[in-house]
Amino acid sequence: MSNMNGKRGGLWWKLLLWLLPAAFLLIFFYQPLTAILRLAFSMRAEGGGQSFFPGLAAKTFAFTLWQAVLSTLLTLVIGLPAAYLFSHYEFAGRKFLRLIALLPFILPTVVVAVSFNSLLGPRGWLNVGLMALFGLSEPPVRLLNSLPAILLAHVFYNSSIIIRIVGGAWSRLDQKLTQAAQMLGANPWQVFWEVTFPLLLPAAAGASLLVFLFDFTSFGVVLMLGGPAFATLEVEIYTQALYLFNLPLAGLLSLIQLAFTLLVAWAHNRVSLPRYGKAALSAEKANLRPPRTKKEKVFTFVTAAVLIALLLLPLLSLVTRSLVSLEAERGERGEAQTGFTLRYYRELFRDTTGSIFYVPPAVAVRNSVLYAAAAMLIANMLGLITSYALHFSGRLARWLEPVLILPLGASAVTLGLGFVIVFRRAPWDGVSFSILIPFAHALVALPLVVRTLLPALRGIPDSLRQAASTLGAGWARVFREVDLPLLLRPLLVCMVFAFTISLGEFGASSFLSTGRNPTIPVAIYRYISQPGALNYGQALAMSTILLVVCALGSLAIEKARLPGEELF
Amino acid sequence: MLEIREIYKNYEGRPLLQGISFAVQAGETVCLLGESGSGKSTLLRIIAGLEAAESGSIWWDGEEISDMPAHKRGFGLMFQDYALFPHRTVEQNVAFGLRMLGLPRAEVEARTRAALGIIRMEDFAKRAVTELSGGEQQRVALARALAPNPRLLMLDEPLGALDHALRVQLIAELRSILHASAKPAIYVTHDREEAFGLADTLMLLHQGRIVQAGTTAQLFRQPANAWAAGFLGLGTLLSGSVVGLEPLRVKTALGVLQASACGQEWQVGGAAQLLLRPRDALVLHGMPEGENQFSACVVDCLFMGETYQSHLRANDFSFSIQTDRALAPGSDVTIAFPPERVSCLKGEL
Repeated sequence: MSNMNGKRGGLWWKLLLWLLPAAFLLIFFYQPLTAILRLAFSMRAEGGGQSFFPGLAAKTFAFTLWQAVLSTLLTLVIGLPAAYLFSHYEFAGRKFLRLIALLPFILPTVVVAVSFNSLLGPRGWLNVGLMALFGLSEPPVRLLNSLPAILLAHVFYNSSIIIRIVGGAWSRLDQKLTQAAQMLGANPWQVFWEVTFPLLLPAAAGASLLVFLFDFTSFGVVLMLGGPAFATLEVEIYTQALYLFNLPLAGLLSLIQLAFTLLVAWAHNRVSLPRYGKAALSAEKANLRPPRTKKEKVFTFVTAAVLIALLLLPLLSLVTRSLVSLEAERGERGEAQTGFTLRYYRELFRDTTGSIFYVPPAVAVRNSVLYAAAAMLIANMLGLITSYALHFSGRLARWLEPVLILPLGASAVTLGLGFVIVFRRAPWDGVSFSILIPFAHALVALPLVVRTLLPALRGIPDSLRQAASTLGAGWARVFREVDLPLLLRPLLVCMVFAFTISLGEFGASSFLSTGRNPTIPVAIYRYISQPGALNYGQALAMSTILLVVCALGSLAIEKARLPGEELF
Repeated sequence: MLEIREIYKNYEGRPLLQGISFAVQAGETVCLLGESGSGKSTLLRIIAGLEAAESGSIWWDGEEISDMPAHKRGFGLMFQDYALFPHRTVEQNVAFGLRMLGLPRAEVEARTRAALGIIRMEDFAKRAVTELSGGEQQRVALARALAPNPRLLMLDEPLGALDHALRVQLIAELRSILHASAKPAIYVTHDREEAFGLADTLMLLHQGRIVQAGTTAQLFRQPANAWAAGFLGLGTLLSGSVVGLEPLRVKTALGVLQASACGQEWQVGGAAQLLLRPRDALVLHGMPEGENQFSACVVDCLFMGETYQSHLRANDFSFSIQTDRALAPGSDVTIAFPPERVSCLKGEL
């Protein structure tokens, strides 16, 4: 077979490979996006007198920016010492603490919000404890619906990103470089500023911008912990679109959001480029050692204690609080029934209220699992095809990759809004919004899938495929015998990833799930928004189930991930 | 100047260094020669202050410096893979140590230029170190270590990553730079050629101990034991047991051979290793009839330029000899090793 033939055939293959992802993105991403754009600009053309709109937009933007900057700084304050701890010291419980520290990234926002509620809310451990201790009739600590609550949850969420990225870079930093500086007479302080800091800067700046991006686009946390007084762009889009039916303003806010996140994503790509190639990296990870001096021991203890308090306490509080009844339930006798109970879990599967708005929680669980399975299949099929398309398009990939990563920049709420605008009109109006949910979730998961698969694919030397074909394997056989076995682990990681992302996704689901067909996070949000100890307990119970599923997923990802691979 | 006393160090629970003591005098280049994993790099890092020993002490001019942090010792260390700062240019790498001394800017610049001059790389000053070839990186690393004028220079396998031709050239260059600087230096390597090319004093490190120390000529003539002879590649070792003492006679696979006692005490029945040096073999005509003569079969004969190297076989024992004339492969020859040239050594290989 001549090379020419192979190349010509390759071109058609490439076009074919591109067809499916292109069609998918056109319909489910770029169409909603242009619809939002059109809406936002139509509003500008019509409503010249509505000057309070830009006023609200500016105020919301300012708050979004402010809380994101604050959250990022606080995350660095917690995350950098933790990154140092994990990349340098060996101590009892290190592995467990690291798993805990990496868990939040995959946790659904509703679970995090409910966890903090179970610790700090009016019915949370802290207030219940203080009330019992001092015989108070009112919860003394009012941390919910405040900026500190939002910041705390953001730090909880994003320290894992700092630990992962900066800690990873720190542990791979060639120790000989710092030792060389030492031998040239640099004291520890000089070693840090002259060598360590500049070499870690790309990783640290990249991680910070990523944290900033996540804080800036934060939705569930702000909605559930910030209360009515605080609204980020995401929350405002949601409120304007779903409660005030002001789609044009929602569109304008989405536009601002999108433009800004793109800017940040672009900056992230610029700063986090590995600058010195392999020169700054050592072949193996640095040896961990136990803390020796008193200073090192105190540092290890304090940092570990802070991490436990910040990361483990809310989750423990969620699980325990869901198993304990602390107050008189409505309709029961006046005395408080305190103690261990499985009631909240039992109630999840029993239809007792008879209200017409009531949907049995089991339905939400069924919905979520079905959506997650569908989203997982779509995201992985599409991700695999897209990765191959990118891999085989060579230099073109540099231009095409951002187009595919763009969905990450668009927020889930914007996606939901776009879907609502597009798919309520002809020719799509026959489509049920529920059916769209897996597609929205797949879009959210797609960039992560591509970013995991593409490096793995690039890591397969072409010579392996060539060796297989010289040994008589056709292209399909080559794929089955060479590519597939080597991609199996990353594919598994992607599947777990897509599944858990879909299970916990809240932004787009809140737009698309209908009253009678909620997903788990939407159901949890409904429970926690309603009064009553039983509703509260059910929200806790459902969140606990979701937490356990996600923790298992996170564990599976950690196990299956190839060593040394990072997700960003 | 530098004195090392009784250094002990464990690695992963097993003893790595077991009581290392030696001294380095002003202007002396000491080569630590040992197999990989023998702990020679670790010893260097202990002297540098980058690692702590289990016990033992390090002294400089009569002052104990065992607990002094690395950056205060004023020793220069050249790393095996150079450890050049990737975020700095050639010039900035060389200037680093001078800046740490807190020197005025003009002096930093002048001395950086001078250091680059020594390695003849002035034109590379503004280059990124990541663009340099292996040999260029090696020279920049040397200039960086020398620039702050350290009181001791240590080099950890500095030529390890380079190809052979470049190594030969750089050994000569290193020798002249080390001699010109007149600094005490410790040079760690596993390569005999490098060690012989650079050392004033050669030290053999084996199983955590210094097996032998001396000039290259001393080590060459009088290896301390069989391992040293084997490691230095001095010849073929033939094991046997002592059967007579005056003169020393050893029973081997090639019959009973007479050998030089090498100043050591021997007892009848004791195990011994005879060192047969390729240059010492005599090829005789006729049947073997005298002391230390035996017949052997020529397996092959290689032309080495000045001489011929032949592999021979006798009684299932293989050895090689060096001769001025070619030997015909397959033929039988009579070989003699003069008794005074055969060293009788103790120890395992």
